[in-house]
Amino acid sequence: MPFELNASIYHYSQVNNLIREAIAKGEKELILTGVNGHRYLFAGVSAEVRAKIYGTPGLDLGCFMRGPRLEVFGNVQDGAGNTMDEGKIVVHGMGGDVIGYAMRGGKIHIYGDVGYRVGIHMKSYQDKVPVIIIGGKAGDFLGEYMAGGVIILLGMNTIYPERPIAGIYLGTGMHGGKIYVRGKVKESYLGLGLKPYPLDADDEKELERLLKEYCDDFQMDLSEVLKEDFLKIIPYTHRPYGKIYAY
Amino acid sequence: MWLLNEKIKEMSGCGIAGIINVKGELVPGDLIIKSICCQYERGNGLGAGFAAYGIYPEHKDYYALHVMAQDKSALEKVEEILAHKTFVNYKEPIPTKKVKTIKNAPLFIRYFVKPKFDEGYQMVCGEDEEDNYIVSLVMDINEKVEGAYVISSGKNMGVFKGVGFPDEIAEFFRIDEYKAFIWTAHNRFPTNTPGWWGGAHPFTILDWSIVHNGEISSYGTNKRYLELFGYKCTLLTDTEVVAYLLDLLIRRHGLPLQLACKALAPPFWMEIDEMEEEERELYTAIRVVYGSAVLNGPFAILFAYNGGLVGLNDRVKLRPLVCAKKGDFYYMASEEAAIRTICPDPEKVWAPKAGEPVIVELEKGVIPNQRSYIEGRPKEVEEDALRIKCQYIPLQSS
Amino acid sequence: MASPQFSSFYPDFLVQRIWERCIKCKRCVKECSYGVHVWDEKKKTLLANDSKCVGCHRCEAMCPTKALVISRHPSDFREHALWTPWHIKNIYKQADQGGVLLTSTGCAQPYKNYFDHLVLDACQVTNPPIDPLREPMELRTFIGPKPESLEIERVNGKFRLKKKLPPLIQLEVPIMFAAMSYGAISLHVHQGLARAARDLGTLYNTGEGGLHASLYEYGSNTIVQCASGRFGLHVDYLNAGVAIEIKIGQGAKPGIGGHLPGEKVTEEISKTRMIPVGSDALSPAPHHDIYSIEDLRGLIFALKEATEYKKLVFVKISAVHNVAAIASGIVRAGADAVVIDGLKGGTGAAPVMFRDYIGIPIELAISAVDKRLREEGIRHRASIIASGGIRNSADVVKAIALGADAVYIGTAALIAVGCTMCQRCYTGKCPWGIATNNPELIKRLPPDVAYEKIYNLVKGWALEIKEMLGAMGINSIESLKGNRDKLRAVGLTEKEMEILEAKHAGE
Repeated sequence: MPFELNASIYHYSQVNNLIREAIAKGEKELILTGVNGHRYLFAGVSAEVRAKIYGTPGLDLGCFMRGPRLEVFGNVQDGAGNTMDEGKIVVHGMGGDVIGYAMRGGKIHIYGDVGYRVGIHMKSYQDKVPVIIIGGKAGDFLGEYMAGGVIILLGMNTIYPERPIAGIYLGTGMHGGKIYVRGKVKESYLGLGLKPYPLDADDEKELERLLKEYCDDFQMDLSEVLKEDFLKIIPYTHRPYGKIYAY
Repeated sequence: MWLLNEKIKEMSGCGIAGIINVKGELVPGDLIIKSICCQYERGNGLGAGFAAYGIYPEHKDYYALHVMAQDKSALEKVEEILAHKTFVNYKEPIPTKKVKTIKNAPLFIRYFVKPKFDEGYQMVCGEDEEDNYIVSLVMDINEKVEGAYVISSGKNMGVFKGVGFPDEIAEFFRIDEYKAFIWTAHNRFPTNTPGWWGGAHPFTILDWSIVHNGEISSYGTNKRYLELFGYKCTLLTDTEVVAYLLDLLIRRHGLPLQLACKALAPPFWMEIDEMEEEERELYTAIRVVYGSAVLNGPFAILFAYNGGLVGLNDRVKLRPLVCAKKGDFYYMASEEAAIRTICPDPEKVWAPKAGEPVIVELEKGVIPNQRSYIEGRPKEVEEDALRIKCQYIPLQSS
Repeated sequence: MASPQFSSFYPDFLVQRIWERCIKCKRCVKECSYGVHVWDEKKKTLLANDSKCVGCHRCEAMCPTKALVISRHPSDFREHALWTPWHIKNIYKQADQGGVLLTSTGCAQPYKNYFDHLVLDACQVTNPPIDPLREPMELRTFIGPKPESLEIERVNGKFRLKKKLPPLIQLEVPIMFAAMSYGAISLHVHQGLARAARDLGTLYNTGEGGLHASLYEYGSNTIVQCASGRFGLHVDYLNAGVAIEIKIGQGAKPGIGGHLPGEKVTEEISKTRMIPVGSDALSPAPHHDIYSIEDLRGLIFALKEATEYKKLVFVKISAVHNVAAIASGIVRAGADAVVIDGLKGGTGAAPVMFRDYIGIPIELAISAVDKRLREEGIRHRASIIASGGIRNSADVVKAIALGADAVYIGTAALIAVGCTMCQRCYTGKCPWGIATNNPELIKRLPPDVAYEKIYNLVKGWALEIKEMLGAMGINSIESLKGNRDKLRAVGLTEKEMEILEAKHAGE
C-alpha cells in the first residue's frame, strides 16, 4: 500500500519530515497530493523509493537527492534536480529555469518546454553520466559550463511554436559532455568553441537507448521521434579560454 | 486564514503577483492576498504591499494621494502644501486594523485632489499639464517635507504598503474589503536598504505602480538620468527609478508601450545586427537615445496603470516570472504555485521570454479615465522640451 | 675661454658593461642614436660616454648577451627636499644654454592620481556577477549628438523611426587612439594605429601633422585634426575621415600650440606639412580665427559646411580651471563631442614648466564637465571623451563611471610599441623608431609589428573591461556611464569627493 500524503495543509519542511519518517519506516512507494509551491521536496534523500507527485512542486525539487524516482503530474518550478546525484525525475508538464544545475548522475525527463539556464555545469565520471531529456524547447544558456553528461532537446511538445528550439549562448563554456538537438540550430546561437556535428554509430545507439526510456515514460512513439535528423554539439577543444591570459 | 502553519524564515528573494480582469470587473482583495502569501518564502517580513485599481469609484476624477507621515507635524506640513497647491475635494484617514505584530506604524491619510492653477491658465490646461503638476507636487513633498511621503498619486487607484509580512499588511490595511480590476502585490526581502515603510513596494507615480523582484545595478546611471527631467529619487530603494522611467518614456515622451519595455530591456547588439534595416535602425536609435534608461541587473517587474498590466523580465531572465490566463482573467507571478493557488485550472500557462514584455490592456471603454499606451503618443518634440519646471503657477499674481 | 658646461658634469645615467658577457659585437654602437657607445680602434674596446645617455635602454635590450645595465647614476647630491637633483640640473641647463627647458611625454610630477584613489564595486549575493566569457557583455558605444527622445510611427503594423538619428560614430570598444602627429611619431606607428583601429572597430587620430597618402584607405576609422597650424589641411583631408577634431589645446601644454622641432622635419614631413626641411613646425597658440567662443561656432560650422554635414566635429581642449564652463560653451557652439585632455596627457615636445605645472587632472575635469552639462540639460548633445594619463583598463572603467563616453590613449599605445619613457622625443633620435622620422631609425619598428602590439594591448584591455563590468553585474556599458555608485573613494578629502561625486569606501 503506497504511503499517501496531502501536502496542501503542510509547510514544505513538515512535508519533507513526513517523507523521511515514512522512508525510515520502510515505505517504498509514496503518493503526494495537493502540492503547490512546496520547496526542496526530497532534498538530500538517499533511498531507492518511488513517489508520485500531484500538483506544482516549488523550488529545488529533488535537490541533492540520491536514488528516489519522482513522477510529477503537473509543472515543476525552478531548480528541479539541483545538484542531483542519483535517481530520476519525470515531469508530465513543463519545467522552469535552472533545472539540473550541477547534476552529477541520474535522469531528468521533461515532457514539455523548459526555461533558461537548464543543465548548467553537469558533470560525469566514467559510467556515472547524468541525462536531461527535454520534449519541448529550451531558453538561452542551455548546458552552460557543461563538463559531462548528456542533454537531448527534442522541440516536439511545445506551447511556443514561434520560438527557436533553443535560445542564444547554447552550450556556452562547454568543455565536456554532449548536447543532442533534434532538427536544426543556428550556428551563431552556439557558444564559443562549439560546432554541430552529425551523429556517428555510437551516438545513434546511445540516443536510441536513452530515448526509448523517455518515450516509455510518456507513451510517445520512438520511431516518430527518430524520424528527424539529430545534431550533436560537442566542444572541439577542452580549453577554449586558454589563450586569453597574459602571463 | 490563508496562512501556512509556521513561519520559518528562509533565504530567498522578493515575490510578486498580479491579477487583471480585462473587462474591468471588480475583484475582491482576498484573491491577491492568497496569491502573494503562497510565496511566503520569498520575503522576510521587512516589507509587503498592494496596489489596487478601481477602488475609488465615487472620487474617480480626483487624484487619490495616499500620504504616509511619521507624525502629526509632518502631516500638517503636507496639508499646508496641499491647501495651497490643490483643491482638496475630500480627505480621510486610510482605514486600518490593529495587528499585533505591526508596531509604530506611520499615519496614513488619503486626499482626493485636483491641481490648483491660476484662473487664466486653467482654461487651457489639459491632462498632460495636470499630470505634470501632480508629479512636481509629489516630488516636492517627498523631497522637502521631513518625514512625509506621497506613496500613491493616481486617479481611482491606491497603494497600501509597509513593513511586515503580506498577510499582516493585508490585515492592517483591510485589503479584503476592497475590490479592484487590477491588483498587484509584493513580498519583500530587501537587499541593499534597511526595511522601512517607504521602502516597500509597490512604487508609484501618478497611476503607474510597479512591483519588482531583483536588484538594479544601473541604479546610479538611471537616477542621474531621471534627475535631468525633474524626478527626485527620495525613497532609498532602487525600484523607485522604474516608476519614473515608465512615466518619462511612456507618458511624457510618448513611446509605444512595447518599445518603452524594449528600452528598459533592449535586445543585444548581436541580435540587432541581424535584423532588417528598418528594425535595426529603430532598435539602434532606442539604445542610443535611451542608453541611460537601460535597467541592468536581474529583474522581474509587474507594472500597472489605469488601463493595463505589464510583466517584464531582464534580458537574460535571471528572475522567474510565470503568466496564466483563464477567461477574462490574466495572472502573473514569480511562481506558478502562486497562480494555481487562486486559479487551479488555467486555460494557458506560460513563461515569458527574456526581455519580452507581456502586455494585457483592458478592453476599450470599460473603466473611467482609461489610458492606453500600446500605440504611443506621437508628439512634436522640441529639443529640451518636456522638462518639468518645478515652479508652480502662483494662485494670484502677487 | 669657453664657459664650463655644468649640465655635462653630472650624468643622469650610468652605463655599466658586464665584461664577462660582452662579446664586443658592437651592436650597442649601432643601436644607440645618441652616440653613447664608441668603438676604440686603438684599444680594441668599447667605451661609453655616460653624459650622453638618456636612459632609453635600447642598447640594453638589443645586447645579445645582456651585458649592459643602464641605471641611475649613483653619484648623489646631498639630500634636500626642495632642491632635488631634477631642479638643480634644470638650472644648470638653462644657465648653460639660456632658453626654455624642453621635454616630452606627460606630467612627471607626483600629483595625486585620483584613479588610484578610486575603487570599483563588485556584486556579491544580492546581485549576480556576470561571466563575460560565457554570457553577453556589450561594449559598443556611439559617439555624437543624441536627441532627447524619439519620434515613432506605425507603418504596416510595425513600428519604425519617423525621424532618423543624426550621424553617429559606432565604436566597438570605448577606447580610441589620441592625436599624435605624423612628425611627432613615425609613419610606421601611424600605420600600425590605423590598422589596429580598423580591426578593433575604433578610431585613431591623425594629429596635426596632416594625413599621409598611404593612410587614406583607413578613412572610416580616422579622425582628422584641424589644429592652429592647419598643417596638411585641404578639403580631401577633411573628407578623408569620419570626424574632424578642432584642437584648441592639449593637456601637456595648455595655452600653446604644437611644436615639432626642426630636427624632426625630414623630406616626408616637409611634403605633408608643406614647410621647409629642418624648420621648426610651431603651431600658433590660438587658432587665429578663434578669439572668443562665438568664433569657435564659426569654425565648427565652416568645417561642417565644407564637408556637407557628413562628418562629426570634435573639439579638443586642455583641462584647465574653468573647464566645465568652457565645455558647456563648446557644446552650445555645436560641437558633436568634447575631448578633454588632462594634466597628465603626453606630447612630443613641450616646455617643462607647461608639462608639469599647467592644467588640471582629468578625473576632476570629467566629473565637473559631466555635472555641469547635466545641470544645464545639454549632456545628450555631445559626447565627452577623456584623455590624459589613462594607463590601464581600470582607469578606462573609472573614467567612464565618472561621466566620459569614451577615452583616448596616447602614451599607452606608444609604450605598447616599445617606448621606455626616456622623455627625449623632441630630439628626433628615438632609437626605437617611434618618435622619429629618421629613415634608418624608423626601419626598427615595422608597421606590422606596431599593428600587432597595439592591437594586442587594446584587445587585452577590452577583455579586462568586460570582466570588470561583469563583476559589477552590468552587461552593457551604457549602464556604467556616469554611474558614480560603482566608485568609492579611498583617502580623498571631502572636497575632492564632492567634485568627483563619489562616496567614501565604507559608506
